Amino acid sequence: MSNQNINWAAIDANPKFQALHRKKTVFLWSLMIFSTVYYFLLPIGAAYFQDLFKIKVWGVVNFGLLFALSEFVVAWVIAFMYSKKANTEFDAMAQEIINETQGA
Amino acid sequence: MTMLNKWAVSLAALCTSSAAFAGTSAVADEFKWMTFAVFGTIIAITMAITFWAARSTHSTSEFYAAGRSVSGIQNGWAIAGDYLSAASFLGIAGLISLYGYDGFMYSVGWLVAYITVLLVIAEPCRNIGKYTMGDILAFRNDPKKTKVVAALSTITVSTFYLTAQMVGGGVLIKTLIGIDYEVSVIGVGVLMLAYVVFGGMKATTWVQITKAVLLVIASLILVFLVWSPYGFSLPAYLQAVIGDDKVVAQVAKLLGDAATGMTKEELGQRFLEPGLFLKNPIDQISLGLALVLGTAGMPHILMRFFTVPTAQAARVSVIWAMGIIGGFYVLTLFLGTGAAMLVGSAKIASIDAGGNMAGPLLAQYLGGGENSLLGNFFLAFVAAVAFATIVAVVAGLVLAAASAMAHDIYVGVIRGDKATPKEQVVAARLSSVIVGIIAIIVGILAKGQNVAHLVALAFAVAASSNLPAVFLTLYWKKCNTTGIILGMVVGSLTAIGLVMISPNMTYPKAVISGAKKVIEGEPAQAAKDAVPAKVASSFTCELFAMEGCVASAPAKAASPEKPAKPAAAEKLAKLNEKIQPLQDSLATLTEDPVALKKAQDDLVKVKKDIAATEKAKAKAEDDLKKFEGQTTSIMGLEKPYFLLKNPGLLSIPLGFLLVILGSLFTRDKRSEELWDELYVRQNTGINAEQASAH
Repeated sequence: MSNQNINWAAIDANPKFQALHRKKTVFLWSLMIFSTVYYFLLPIGAAYFQDLFKIKVWGVVNFGLLFALSEFVVAWVIAFMYSKKANTEFDAMAQEIINETQGA
Repeated sequence: MTMLNKWAVSLAALCTSSAAFAGTSAVADEFKWMTFAVFGTIIAITMAITFWAARSTHSTSEFYAAGRSVSGIQNGWAIAGDYLSAASFLGIAGLISLYGYDGFMYSVGWLVAYITVLLVIAEPCRNIGKYTMGDILAFRNDPKKTKVVAALSTITVSTFYLTAQMVGGGVLIKTLIGIDYEVSVIGVGVLMLAYVVFGGMKATTWVQITKAVLLVIASLILVFLVWSPYGFSLPAYLQAVIGDDKVVAQVAKLLGDAATGMTKEELGQRFLEPGLFLKNPIDQISLGLALVLGTAGMPHILMRFFTVPTAQAARVSVIWAMGIIGGFYVLTLFLGTGAAMLVGSAKIASIDAGGNMAGPLLAQYLGGGENSLLGNFFLAFVAAVAFATIVAVVAGLVLAAASAMAHDIYVGVIRGDKATPKEQVVAARLSSVIVGIIAIIVGILAKGQNVAHLVALAFAVAASSNLPAVFLTLYWKKCNTTGIILGMVVGSLTAIGLVMISPNMTYPKAVISGAKKVIEGEPAQAAKDAVPAKVASSFTCELFAMEGCVASAPAKAASPEKPAKPAAAEKLAKLNEKIQPLQDSLATLTEDPVALKKAQDDLVKVKKDIAATEKAKAKAEDDLKKFEGQTTSIMGLEKPYFLLKNPGLLSIPLGFLLVILGSLFTRDKRSEELWDELYVRQNTGINAEQASAH
């Protein structure tokens, strides 16, 4: 804890930080809302759209089973998308702000 | 070292003493030595880990956070080890083996929960926090007040979860290898205390990693054996599952009257369709909410993010955890359906009604069956992994509760953050011992109690109390102390209160009437027409049993006339009468092998029926005695007033709402002033706690 006298309000007002904040907010909320909606489609579908879930698609494998398996794939894809975006974009933007602060 | 050795020796003595054996178990006596050998090996490995970890566990940061030196990948495995409790490891495979599709659907929410952890919780918490959830909340809110509330909530959630684990673990070990319940609970408690007290977070982490690796290896081997005969084709494998007579019989049993007129193929296919287990969609949505938001508020999961050096490592650890946890649940689809096809639900349920033995029994079958060496080795291995699972999860929970007690309450509130480093470590170790001993005592006291709802309750409290507080502290500028306290207290009390009046509790009237039906028999029933599904008269009526409400109910198929069911004693007498003629015919039928085989099978079946009837009769008599003269639950209700098993649908929005209202109606200078610092730090990691030097 060497740098005790950081002007936090100044960083917060920094356009670079504001840009990071905006990008992150939009990206995280879109993923969060999409994943939540996609997840709740499963219990809703299993309860109210049973005829759809019972349709056999691949031998005895029905739509419902594939949909449940797709939940896993979607969760992994979201994790991958976030991690890629964070590793390449968010981390670099944050590092720039850190460098500026420590250089000042 | 000597102390650890003594513990290991006394525990081994405890396990091998003949007094510890009791009752029947899944392992035959002649193979018990092998079970103990496998258990002994795994315990020895964890003890070696503890001994190694204890040498580098001196400071507070080392005790609570393993010196923040756990790598992202290691932490990912540890999170998986912490999260895949016996309930999910054995329970979900069991649900799939008994109910097919619904069991698999149930597992999805447990993985999706990690999206919330990844996107909104893991990295900010690593950047802001130190050791506990209380540290995060105290950053910009009144430190003393929020630490007290956060610690109470942490201890409540951990205790619920811990009790469920201790009771579940005790029952599991008794069922698997026949050690007395109390001895099992003490064994789990003592081992877990050894890890936590001597090795702190470092030992706990590595015990969790070891367990997760063992679990994944065991599951992969079993799935390989189950799936390979079908050339790893999913449709071919499932075709075989649903074509199996045992699976068809189970579906027919679950459907009851509705199965009349369905072909064998239709019945089998039904196993892969929803609706055999989960009947109430609103209840499932309520559970889903509690899982998706509760996991991110579980103190033992939050605490894991303080063990890594940076926010980037926290990110890597969630990604790995999601891969391992999700992959494991996909494997359980094969474990569950494999057990349904190869072992059969009747046998699984006869050892444990909840299906928890599906995985272990499948292992035994795949190794060569009940009387084979390899089969029992497989069973012993899976049992030992189950044991390691309980110990690892319990250790994580105890550490979370102890850190809330020592770091938040003692150091933060009582000593006003002025405790010396040495004093802090002593407080941490002492709290672990206290929490551990409480866990053992509660585990023993709760023997035979209905604790299944405690896991769901722990998630509901975490989602209704911890998550709104942490989330709004991190992301909402206006959030303040009053809001946090109000939201956490009301959120958790609502969740607990609703469960107390829900169908999870035991209602003596229903138990007594069920027991009487067994003992006295049931009169004949006339045929009934089909009843269409009923829709509740309003949404409130879906949730509460209020006066003037029409509750919703699923459609019922027409039922044919049913003969009277005899009383248990009468049934037993009739079954016993059958034995003598069968035995006589065995003696005379030696000439005819086909008839002889049939007579032998009949005899086995009659004996099984007798055993089952006697068991049901004994349980009914027990119930009658236990609830004699009682008509209401501990809340004074004859039947549930709140109709869902999961309170999240109401308590989670309420928790959020009260944090918001409390914050809007009061002002708190500190909360406002520190917002800029908190928001910048959580996004950039400036001034985050550093890893300790090696």
